[in-house]
Amino acid sequence: MNRVVITGMGVYSCIGKNLDEVRDSLYKGKSGITLDTFRKEFGYRSGLTGYVERPNLKQLLDRRARIMLPEQGEYAYVATLEALKNAGIDADYLNDHEIGILYGNDSSAKAVIESTDIIREKKDTTLVGSGSVFQTMNSTVTMNLSTIFKLRGVNFTISAACASGSHAIGLGYHFIKTGLQDCIVCGGAQEINHYSMANFDALSAFSVMESAPTRASRPFDRDRDGLIPSGGGATLILESLESARKRGAPILGEVIGYGFSSNGAHISNPTVDGPVRSLSMSLKDAGISASEVDYINAHATSTPAGDASEAKAINEVFEGTKPLVSSTKSMTGHECWMAGASEIVYSLLMMQNNFIAPNINFENPDEDSAKLNIAKSSVEKNINVFLSNSFGFGGTNSSLIVRKLT
Amino acid sequence: MKNEEVIEKINEFLVEEFEVEAERIVPEANLKETLELDSLDYIDLVVVIESNFSFKVKPEDFVNIQSFQDFYDYVISRVNSKELV
Repeated sequence: MNRVVITGMGVYSCIGKNLDEVRDSLYKGKSGITLDTFRKEFGYRSGLTGYVERPNLKQLLDRRARIMLPEQGEYAYVATLEALKNAGIDADYLNDHEIGILYGNDSSAKAVIESTDIIREKKDTTLVGSGSVFQTMNSTVTMNLSTIFKLRGVNFTISAACASGSHAIGLGYHFIKTGLQDCIVCGGAQEINHYSMANFDALSAFSVMESAPTRASRPFDRDRDGLIPSGGGATLILESLESARKRGAPILGEVIGYGFSSNGAHISNPTVDGPVRSLSMSLKDAGISASEVDYINAHATSTPAGDASEAKAINEVFEGTKPLVSSTKSMTGHECWMAGASEIVYSLLMMQNNFIAPNINFENPDEDSAKLNIAKSSVEKNINVFLSNSFGFGGTNSSLIVRKLT
Repeated sequence: MKNEEVIEKINEFLVEEFEVEAERIVPEANLKETLELDSLDYIDLVVVIESNFSFKVKPEDFVNIQSFQDFYDYVISRVNSKELV
């Protein structure tokens, strides 16, 4: 079995458009949440959202590539450019090696709705243009990035709701561990337009603390009232240790454990048992004890039921060891399909810079979160091992463990 | 609409849509080669023609169009025949 390391990362999120900006935001506990008044006019119950500016790609991509990229594809492209550069991988290396791509994405609502509107109005499918079909499919990110970067290895999209990005990394880890691939571009992307989150808003799942947007996402806090949708793109370059050493690549961390499970229960209500099994499996896969985990980047999205269930699961598995816990969603909001990948990037930035980012807005614990060791503000700490949780609709769970390579 | 106006409008949207330098669009130049059109690009050409001139184009209409002049002639004939949809 191969050891699997991370040799590059890139991110484009509401708390920064690159690694440096994001690192600073994480350290300072800076929120990326705003109030989008247009959402209210559009019919949303909550206008709160993470805000991500669309990148200008005119100087970077030709017309053909641009018209096939949906919004979340643009974010993924920018994050992947940064990750490949970070990993020291150039076009020649991509051309000479069989590099794969496994990326999380679970919607392309804007592209679907806009093209359907055109067909309804004009009664002519041709008028959606040539880019539409490539923008509308769930696999849009992998089909576009594999074309742009000329990737020739494994190539497919993972759709697993809010655990998509995490499972993408977990599968990439297995493809490399078992020797099927040497290097895979992994990640997650999330669109953030007003079409994409409307039916999620319909479930009354979003916070309505609109008078104080930056204080509205408050995972684990007693007074939390819902999540805040957000998005962007995050990319990690997974590689076998042998391949990384052979080309003298920077090694940011080693993926040592991947645990997964399905709740086998309600489509949206969380359970404790599902995450417990995912957490336990990741520890077993990593071959470490719970006490060796220094930091847990929680899935906690700021919903009353979800955070309580995760707190119970962490308490059950980590009882007595009390690792530091924070949910970076307190700053970013819920980056959904992207979150499992971006939160590995965030945690790696913490590992690189010896700090744990705060769970901002955590003011008063509830019965379950009181038992966790939650970082209320930035904590200076050397992280050797971190764990990242991601859970999604349908009861899909993913836990990843990354260790500093020594 | 005068023929000159049609040609001016065509050149404007070709520069905008296909990001080609305006000076490369000359009547005798080859449309496909100059604009580097592939099969997908012809779909977008149909879209820009309809949105600018409000008539429908069938992809097979492009079979006999080689040069920009051929393209101008085709659009002008359609505009003049008022086959508006």
